[in-house]
Amino acid sequence: MSKLRQCAIYGKGGIGKSTTTQNLVAALAEAGKKVMIVGCDPKADSTRLILHAKMQNTVMQLAADAGSVEDLELEDVLQVGFKGIKCAESGGPEPGVGCAGRGVITAINFLEEEGAYSDDLDFVFYDVLGDVVCGGFAMPIREGKAQEIYIVVSGEMMAMYAANNISKGIVKYANSGGVRLAGLICNSRKTDREDELIEALAAKIGTQMIHFVPRDNVVQHAEIRRMTVIEYDPTAKQADEYRELARKIVENKKFVIPNPLEMEELEELLMEFGIMEVEDEKIVGKTAAELAV
Amino acid sequence: MQTVEDTKPCFPLFNEPEYRDLITNKREQFEETVSKEKIAETFAWTTTQEYQDLNFKREALTINPAKVCQPLGGALCGMGFEKTMVYIHGSQGCVAYFRTYFNRHFKEPIAFIADSMTEDAAVFGGQKNVHEGLQNATKLYDAKMIAVCTTCIAEVIGDDLGAFIGNARKEGHVEKDFPIPYANTPSFVGSHVTGWDNMFEGIVSYFTQATMDGKVVGSNKKINIVPGFETYLGNYRVIKRMLKEMDVDFTFLCDPEEVLDTPANGEYQMYAGGTTIDEVKDAPNAYTTFMLQPTTLEKSKKFVETTWNHEVPKINIPMGVEWTDEFLMKVSEVTGKPIPESLLKERGRLVDMMTDSHAWLHGKKMAMFGDPDFLLGLTKVMLELGIEPTHIVCNNSNKRWEKAMKKLLESSPYGVHAKLYPGCDLWHMRSLCFTDKPDFIVGSTYGKTIQRDTLYKGPDFEVPLIRLGFPIFDRHHLHRMTTLGYEGGMYLVTTLTNAVLERLDEKTKFMNDTDYNYDIVR
Repeated sequence: MSKLRQCAIYGKGGIGKSTTTQNLVAALAEAGKKVMIVGCDPKADSTRLILHAKMQNTVMQLAADAGSVEDLELEDVLQVGFKGIKCAESGGPEPGVGCAGRGVITAINFLEEEGAYSDDLDFVFYDVLGDVVCGGFAMPIREGKAQEIYIVVSGEMMAMYAANNISKGIVKYANSGGVRLAGLICNSRKTDREDELIEALAAKIGTQMIHFVPRDNVVQHAEIRRMTVIEYDPTAKQADEYRELARKIVENKKFVIPNPLEMEELEELLMEFGIMEVEDEKIVGKTAAELAV
Repeated sequence: MQTVEDTKPCFPLFNEPEYRDLITNKREQFEETVSKEKIAETFAWTTTQEYQDLNFKREALTINPAKVCQPLGGALCGMGFEKTMVYIHGSQGCVAYFRTYFNRHFKEPIAFIADSMTEDAAVFGGQKNVHEGLQNATKLYDAKMIAVCTTCIAEVIGDDLGAFIGNARKEGHVEKDFPIPYANTPSFVGSHVTGWDNMFEGIVSYFTQATMDGKVVGSNKKINIVPGFETYLGNYRVIKRMLKEMDVDFTFLCDPEEVLDTPANGEYQMYAGGTTIDEVKDAPNAYTTFMLQPTTLEKSKKFVETTWNHEVPKINIPMGVEWTDEFLMKVSEVTGKPIPESLLKERGRLVDMMTDSHAWLHGKKMAMFGDPDFLLGLTKVMLELGIEPTHIVCNNSNKRWEKAMKKLLESSPYGVHAKLYPGCDLWHMRSLCFTDKPDFIVGSTYGKTIQRDTLYKGPDFEVPLIRLGFPIFDRHHLHRMTTLGYEGGMYLVTTLTNAVLERLDEKTKFMNDTDYNYDIVR
């Protein structure tokens, strides 16, 4: 048995983390790897393409139904989908109530205690809610858990801001433990010079753009059928892109403590690529009427 | 009226007319209470089967829990190691409660540190508290080890304890090699027994996980004893005595016997006795490890089995004759040391006592509540004595307990009336004591409100409390007694028998009425 590798996927909300993760995991499974996905997002949409389900029963939902987490059995929460991929969703409260972060902690503890991390696994992927808003969402990167972090990003300004912010969070944990940034995954939004931009960002942070995933409608076609591209149309060009991403991750050796950019540095980069205009101090705080004068 | 010449305590002072009037007036004029009739009617309703059925439909509410929360157990575990300061990362109110709780039970000063998380720590995370707290604690209290556990606030916001302590070392708040084992002890999962288990695993893994090279099972020719959440100090002493009499070398892994029983000699001792760090480091070299509370030490057992490669003996809590036999025979089997004459004699004495008292205990119906393993042991003792357990309430039960309990009750004809109430609280127990009255209820001090309530219904309904278990706040020095081994059996027989006899005296002490049975000889 090769050593279990645990990876966490972070990135701005809506960037395509769950889709990318599931396609990537499907590609790994296709290549014979034993993989588990742990969804760490109250939305619980991290496993639907693998299970062809609308939404998997989550640990927290089942625990609430049963009375307490102690009443659950592993088989209640761990489902097996495409090519033997094991799936679990932490789940959590509806927006606006309770504490979703605690849900992540409870769910991961439960999986550990009940032996979900079996010896035959090659990879565990944590698909984590967009922003690391509290300690609970950093649970997957605590000591003894995910050691590799991949950030999904695109050439849009806010996605890059988020990637840089996440890097700041990683520094905190990297200094005290073994967690490392393993690369940026560019999920293309077809912005200008997107690949160059992300490569430049990666270089500045001290990491790599591990793969550039182009935009392709087949992803949406597959998603409507609650499938990954790998399963829906294995011959599609896009499937090869995910296979390539999977291969690069398997072979990846570049694990770094990131060197996040200062806000000014990041803005300079964005200006260099024409995503942000040079700030004109004279127009700050002026209304349209005032500027028209 | 209180006067200097004749100062009266709370009772009977407040029984005097002026205070009674005062309380009555206050109630009538300001408290908007309902009528006495209404109160009586409602009380009567709470004693009915109808109410009990509703009571058992409760889902989201616990009334009068028969358990405490995880960090309390974690703290007791930490106290059992030499010069170890217990440090609780979280709210100071929680920690004040833990100190008070033990203080009231053991009648001893209890030193735990809280790092007093407040609003800002809850928002920004508690790392700063851990750093400053550890820095102060290592400088102020002359400890050899600081054992860290947590309260809910740190757990809810997801504080990463391991990383915080690591950072504290890196940033120089504490020395790099100062021992700081830790455990996450969220109060909303499990109970104090779970917290003990977690902290124990935290401590032994801290000192042995990375240094297993060169460790050989059996090489130090000792056995390890893991007591679990144990509050009878006599239990530490009796196990040690029996092992000494057997000439068996042993290590008590977690031994708060001294620190919870320091002498009054004018010197305050913050630390006393306890398992040393060297003993913990050497523990993997023992023949094996005995878990005295096997149903609630799951995590520790797993660690000992997988990391130390010990074959943990399958025993029950050594209470009563048979299960003490089982324990001693297992020790003998593991170490090759025979059971000496002295212990055989002690066993014989216990059996003799049981025979002497048997006539009074036979067929008595007793309800009970408490911690899982203690209830198992108590039930075993009762079955050996011919007592019939009835309602068995275990607020912090688990599936292993239920299985073991069922098997035990099926093993004896005296067990047929017993019914298990896993996860139930003392308000459930109160209902049961009204609808299906036992002769006695056995448990902690918190059972006394049930005695009061049942008496209020009428003298024939009263269910007297026999104080066994934890906590016992309203009687002195019972925490020094023994419930394990043959000696513990003697204490249990004595306590149960005399409770029965005292009750009989209370009922028969009325002259020219029931005193035909108010006997000199029982």
